[in-house]
Amino acid sequence: MAQHTVITPLPGTFYRKATPDSPNYVEAGAQVSADTVIGLIEVMKQFSELTAGTAGRLDAFLVEDGDPVEPGQVIATLEDA
Amino acid sequence: MTQGIGKLLIANRGEIAVRIIRAAQALGIPTVAACSEADVDSQAARMADEVHILGPARADKSYLNVEALLGALKATGANAVHPGYGFLSENAEFAEAVQAAGAIFVGPSPETIRRMGDKAEARRTAQAAGVPVVPGSPDELFDVESALKAAESVGFPLLIKASAGGGGRGIRLAENPQQLSEEFPRSQREAQAAFGNGAVYLERFIGKARHIEVQVLGDGKHAVHLFERECSLQRRRQKIFEEAPSPVLNAQQRETLCASAVRLTEALGYQGAGTLEYLYDDATGEFFFIEMNTRIQVEHPVSELITGIDLVQAMLRIAGGEPLGLKQSDIRLNGAALQMRLNAEDPARDFFPSPGLVQALNWPEGEGVRVDSHLYEGYRVPPYYDSLLAKLIVHGSDRAEALARARLAVEQTTLTGMASTLSLHGELLEQPWLHTADFHTGTLETWLAERRSGGAA
Repeated sequence: MAQHTVITPLPGTFYRKATPDSPNYVEAGAQVSADTVIGLIEVMKQFSELTAGTAGRLDAFLVEDGDPVEPGQVIATLEDA
Repeated sequence: MTQGIGKLLIANRGEIAVRIIRAAQALGIPTVAACSEADVDSQAARMADEVHILGPARADKSYLNVEALLGALKATGANAVHPGYGFLSENAEFAEAVQAAGAIFVGPSPETIRRMGDKAEARRTAQAAGVPVVPGSPDELFDVESALKAAESVGFPLLIKASAGGGGRGIRLAENPQQLSEEFPRSQREAQAAFGNGAVYLERFIGKARHIEVQVLGDGKHAVHLFERECSLQRRRQKIFEEAPSPVLNAQQRETLCASAVRLTEALGYQGAGTLEYLYDDATGEFFFIEMNTRIQVEHPVSELITGIDLVQAMLRIAGGEPLGLKQSDIRLNGAALQMRLNAEDPARDFFPSPGLVQALNWPEGEGVRVDSHLYEGYRVPPYYDSLLAKLIVHGSDRAEALARARLAVEQTTLTGMASTLSLHGELLEQPWLHTADFHTGTLETWLAERRSGGAA
């Protein structure tokens, strides 16, 4: 068991869901694989998917839906299996 | 009702906020930059007489926040709002709210915005004014059966478009009835999600069309045109390179096209600056009205350069209650003008956004060169908004001279600190088909795809 972080390489706005009416991509506590989408980063009206990067259990989001983010900022923490 | 503008609030950001402040300053009107927390250090905020912070960076908390903007009017005592383009510029409810607060909305009436914002209603209005429209279904469609029936008279290939749409969103192509059956429900879902209205309509798709648009100005009674612009070079329906006049129309076609635009503008009792967009079919020489933008456009400077008329100043004068003061015969077409959009996007990485810190910055100078931009050295381009950094605009006695000046302008521009589309314009200006104006709305994307795959363009 090791702690990992999910970091955004991009500045912009972080979203936890695809559209305002959609459910969240994942909830804290969920099992994820490396390519599970956990959110979107909006940069200048273009959306990029943010993936977990590591398989494991997603511990917590450190950023709220709709918050501004900077490159290198930790979005979420997870523990590998 | 000559109320006059005592103080102008600019409900926008970026280069257009700077452009509006310059126009207001030239008319001696004090300005308020209404901006988000992310734009406190912006060029517009530095230039305006006052700054009012609307809210956090996100557009829905700031530039799209009607309550915050009404609060800004009250707090600053401004009695007019210029909405620029994008954001709330074509939002009839916002225009109404501004008027209800006793202030002037710089633009047409809320009724006109609403009427022309509804694409099906805009088509009907154009047809009633005798302006040709693309063959299409007359009504809003809600089910596949009626769409298939309507398609019989529209003809294939056709586009499925959201009635409440705009900006290229919610548009799908169908080549045959089978595809129409498949795409129709998808279009409805997209329209519902994007605009809160699932109504769509069908429109003939013209394969090799040019995008040609007419700039108009009206004071509610009279209207004039400032000739046409051609904006056929687009990527994902976003214009990249624009020019005025269109290099392919002859004088007779120009007269017919522009007269149709004035007819529609006067039929609307239109007040302010507006643009009527048309598709021009190279194969037949026919033009078809597609929609009207009831605001100032990004590419307005090319029309200013060929006519010598300051459109933003004209908008402010008209909104302040002055009559147009221009007859059509006063407006002469002088030479040719081109505009190149510099976006914070990396052409080498499929136009991925590239916000960043402006390091070295040098703009071109000289005869016939104009730059509209909000950049300065040390400015951090925020990631939250549109990627437009600057517009390089050139004017020449003819198109060849304008193209030569465009090359020089690109060469003389220095912008470091982020990727931009500057280099793309340098390459574009080397293409023989650009010089012969041998292009349509699909040409740029085809060229980009060939360029990416390393093939000879």
